[in-house]
Amino acid sequence: METASTEWEEGRRPASRFSEALRRNLPGYLFLSPWLIGFFCLTIGPALGSLYLSFTDYDLLSSPRFVGVANYVRMATADPNFGAAMKVTFLYVALSVPLKLAFALGVAMMLNRGLRGLPIYRAIFYLPSLLGASVAIAVLWRQLFAADGLVNDLLWTFGIEGPSWISNPNYSLYTLVILSVWQFGSPMIIFLAGLRQIPHDMYEAASMDGASKRRQFFRITLPLLTPVIFFNLVIQTIDAFKAFTPAFIVSGGTGGPVNSTLFYTLYLYQEAFGYFRMGYASALAWVLVAIIAAFTALSFLSTKYWVHYDD
Amino acid sequence: MSTPIRLRNVVKRFGQLDVIPGIDLDIEPGQFTVFVGPSGCGKSTLLRMIAGLETISDGDLMIGGTRMNDTPASKRGIAMVFQSYALYPHMTVRKNLAFGLETQRMNRAEIDRRVTLAAETLQITQLLDRRPKALSGGQRQRVAIGRSIVRDPDIFLFDEPLSNLDAELRVQMRVEISQLHERLGNTMIYVTHDQVEAMTMADRIVVLKAGQVMQAGTPLELYNSPANRFVAGFIGSPKMNFLDATASESGLDVAGQSVAGIPARAAPGRLTFGVRPEHIEVGGERGASLGEARVELVEHLGGTTVLHAVTRSGENLSVVAPGQQVIRTGDVLPLRLDPANAHVFAEDGSALRRA
Repeated sequence: METASTEWEEGRRPASRFSEALRRNLPGYLFLSPWLIGFFCLTIGPALGSLYLSFTDYDLLSSPRFVGVANYVRMATADPNFGAAMKVTFLYVALSVPLKLAFALGVAMMLNRGLRGLPIYRAIFYLPSLLGASVAIAVLWRQLFAADGLVNDLLWTFGIEGPSWISNPNYSLYTLVILSVWQFGSPMIIFLAGLRQIPHDMYEAASMDGASKRRQFFRITLPLLTPVIFFNLVIQTIDAFKAFTPAFIVSGGTGGPVNSTLFYTLYLYQEAFGYFRMGYASALAWVLVAIIAAFTALSFLSTKYWVHYDD
Repeated sequence: MSTPIRLRNVVKRFGQLDVIPGIDLDIEPGQFTVFVGPSGCGKSTLLRMIAGLETISDGDLMIGGTRMNDTPASKRGIAMVFQSYALYPHMTVRKNLAFGLETQRMNRAEIDRRVTLAAETLQITQLLDRRPKALSGGQRQRVAIGRSIVRDPDIFLFDEPLSNLDAELRVQMRVEISQLHERLGNTMIYVTHDQVEAMTMADRIVVLKAGQVMQAGTPLELYNSPANRFVAGFIGSPKMNFLDATASESGLDVAGQSVAGIPARAAPGRLTFGVRPEHIEVGGERGASLGEARVELVEHLGGTTVLHAVTRSGENLSVVAPGQQVIRTGDVLPLRLDPANAHVFAEDGSALRRA
């Protein structure tokens, strides 16, 4: 019996394990191939290319010239616009992300109260998120918040003379924050799913204990929602760091007035496609990657202090 | 503390549907009452109405002599143990126990005293700093009960609290809950679909079906004198045998055989004869003959032997014989019973009192 089994195994040995596995999995890889080709040729390849370019001086017309870390040094020491873009972007992230999440959670809580026709409301509230990143909505936003826009018309009916929101450096960034908050649909849907995961009898137990709605929210809903809050926080923060379209359209690509809407990605775009400083723009891009990676890592490290996982 | 509960024509309506068409029930102070019935019979809804988690559509709920229909759940002096335990997963056992007391803004020393006392009572002191996910099912159940005890309520409600536990643990927790009632003496209402739990724990059982009380009484009253066929079939395990019967001059014709000694009052229409499996004797001379039956399946439980048999008229019958019987599938056995243990039900299912 033993001899037979050994012979059988030896008989199989010539076909190598690798080719056997490849043969078995080939259809799977074939189905994956469009994505794999896209990922390697359109994502990983260009990303590594830009990493190389970030150490060069490159204007698209002549060959890249290796300059070492000069681009990064310039960023840190000799570029006032870099500092301005950082300031605008961090302010935008710090304002838009918490506001958007709070608003999304508020609407999700409202929708979670067993509303009739919930799918319709959900779709309606999600709609701005589908349209939000589009150029058309940014154009619409510009119209709404212009000096003679709808917002000021509305304020005028209450006897208030509004400023020109988008051309006043004191307000322009905030109109973009509002635009971001208006696109609350995606985190709202995720909050809604999270709220539905919280067993109803926990609220019943709490209400039998005499806990008010407010106490139930702070002591039960929020803690049990922390995994979802964490997820939304990371995704929305990454999104906010990468925000480009609204600032580009509303400011007409300038980041003005007075650099007040000079988002980091907008500045990067200006450097790359306005001044053809591809090497410097690539360095800017990698700094943004580093910032986002650092923030994400910090977020993950902080979870043990505030995120409650059930199991 | 023990508080009576009175339900007067209590109705629960969901839209057009009367889930509970009108219940009258008195629960005496300190009594351990079990609501039992099949799924969807309204037992949990009734419990939740008493708790204040469901509104009462009509009628009066009196707790300790006060009408409580519109009183918030937290003001009824009631604590409830949920089927899923409803422990807060992000809080330690200690925090779970203290949550209700903190909500009432009780002072810290008193909270600590109560939590410690409840933990000692339920033997969970060593678990106080763990989270619920680090507890077994039985330990979670104890914490859920502890959360009720710390509040020192007048009334305890239990909504199928043992249904998530394995068989062995259920028996253990059953005993512990009964001992707890013994010690505290509070009025307790316990909902279950398990008639064994009902029989073993209750001072008084309320059998419900389709939102109506089928019968309320002590476990043995329900076992010995079921008011109708539903209760007769629901209480007792294995369940009561039901055989078609007709009244005759000499007594009752059951399974194609006249069973002597059951002077059922002549009732028109078809009757149902009921006898519990443990009340049928195999062979012997005493009592009345029930004819013969062929054994289809034998279950040896050690202490008893359960026979599944078919009568000559083709009706199924279970018999619980004492001890370890040497009986094989295919054996044809003479069956007898003590007529005092026989039940007869009218066509509408109501029990006919023996003449």
